[in-house]
Amino acid sequence: MGAVETLEILIPGPLTTVQDCGRFGFGGYGVPPSGAVDPFSLRVGNLLVGNRENEASLEITIIGPKIIALIDTLIAITGADLQPKVNEIPLEMWRSQLLKKGDILSFKAPKSGCRAYLAIGGGISVQSIMGSKSTNLAAQFGGLEGRPLRKGDIISSDSPARYLKAVGKSLDKARIPSYPKNQVLRVISGPQDDHFSTKAKKIFLGSPFQVTPQSDRTGIRLAGPQIEAKKNLKESIISEGVVSGTIQIPGDAQPIIILGETVTGGYRKIATVISADLPLLGQLKPGDRVNFRKVSMDEAYQAVQVGSGSQVLGTCSDP
Amino acid sequence: MGDRALLVELGDEIDVKVNNKVRELFVAIKADPLEGVVETIPSYRSVLLIFDPLKTTLSLLQNGVHHFWKTLDTSQLPEPRRVEIPVVYGSEYGPDLEWVAEYHGITPDEVIRLHTAHTYHVYMIGFMPGFPYMGELPEALITPRRETPRTVVPRGSVALAQGQTGIYSTQSPGGWQIIGRTPLTLFDPGKWPPALLEMGNRVKFFSIDEEEIADWEQ
Repeated sequence: MGAVETLEILIPGPLTTVQDCGRFGFGGYGVPPSGAVDPFSLRVGNLLVGNRENEASLEITIIGPKIIALIDTLIAITGADLQPKVNEIPLEMWRSQLLKKGDILSFKAPKSGCRAYLAIGGGISVQSIMGSKSTNLAAQFGGLEGRPLRKGDIISSDSPARYLKAVGKSLDKARIPSYPKNQVLRVISGPQDDHFSTKAKKIFLGSPFQVTPQSDRTGIRLAGPQIEAKKNLKESIISEGVVSGTIQIPGDAQPIIILGETVTGGYRKIATVISADLPLLGQLKPGDRVNFRKVSMDEAYQAVQVGSGSQVLGTCSDP
Repeated sequence: MGDRALLVELGDEIDVKVNNKVRELFVAIKADPLEGVVETIPSYRSVLLIFDPLKTTLSLLQNGVHHFWKTLDTSQLPEPRRVEIPVVYGSEYGPDLEWVAEYHGITPDEVIRLHTAHTYHVYMIGFMPGFPYMGELPEALITPRRETPRTVVPRGSVALAQGQTGIYSTQSPGGWQIIGRTPLTLFDPGKWPPALLEMGNRVKFFSIDEEEIADWEQ
């Protein structure tokens, strides 16, 4: 049957992109992973509609799009609660739902979280570039022509009719995450925590920081008390590899949590968010507050094992 | 770095010898991947291994890297590739050429002569896909970054910052001093390899005229 047109974008929303689990293995060429900022929601959505868990979905940022179904299509919406509705009737999230041909999916207003994921039974038929369908906005490749979705774009999916029978699958309610406006992120210190005084590290771990509107897919920019590096150090360090969740402190002494759009950085890194808490990063939005809590490596590994097996969806690095 | 990345540091300065060690380890790990490693990022003086914490652990990986390092066969390392890169210097293509010349008290032609006289080592690709960090610039060209970064630097811009020279592989904001532009494509996701340059390459620039741009565009 092959690729079939399933959805048409009537209104795109400010930033709706095609993302899967990301592009791994090309760091030597400076190619960053991109991919869903909240991999948990991406994977659950895919599993609910019967896709492979690392299939591409639409990542919807704060304001939802308006979409018409061109054919009967199975979808699931996970992640941020942007109050989805079909033909003006509220749609239950975290459940596979049937869109009938001509149905209109729209969103009301953001209620909690930052990014919703729209999974489609049969996935999104775009070319896989370097092993991934994810959109790299900066270098303009991947996804749909390397850009956010526009009015009139048409999404195609692979044999969507085959997926319709999976309708009504839902995630155990106890497992549905909530996205409070005050979030605690667990971190492991380093690798340059010794560039900061004991006092600066205390400030970092003891103060709330606010997510600023300058945050985007490249990083979450925080505002709070100054975290000064020790005197007599240069403003930057020799550039080196970074991983998403790394917390950099640039010259203005305000933390930036790196996300998956860069492979290297030249600022000192005070700590890194643990794998189990990465999905939470994707749901932080301007105005939210975060506190950092230092944990041991053992605690970090225990946290990522919780749920075990295919239920462990904290990391998303399936090549 | 956190619970899913291991930073292997092989020195603490910008130095070709250190960087060659990085390249040796990077090439070896790419040829024979360690269990659970999903990404390998080489840089000036370190290799970052990003792994899946469900498939391996930090201590397992540390042991693996130690073993790798002890048994490393550097004779297999390919000779660094030499690449010559055409550049239109100055005017709209290199809006900071005049400023750089003035900063050093020399003529723009002298800046071009110095920049094209040296062969540069590609230390790493980073910042954006295909962007090479190259050095060392001759002493007389060591220039601070712009005080105010540009919001738009065109693709192909050849630039200086401190002792390094680089090429903007895609259009982006940037704070380096722009002295010229190359018509070559530094990054093409549809090609293999996607980047024109790799770490360890030896790069020499040569000056071309505006009229020659079309001859070089792929």
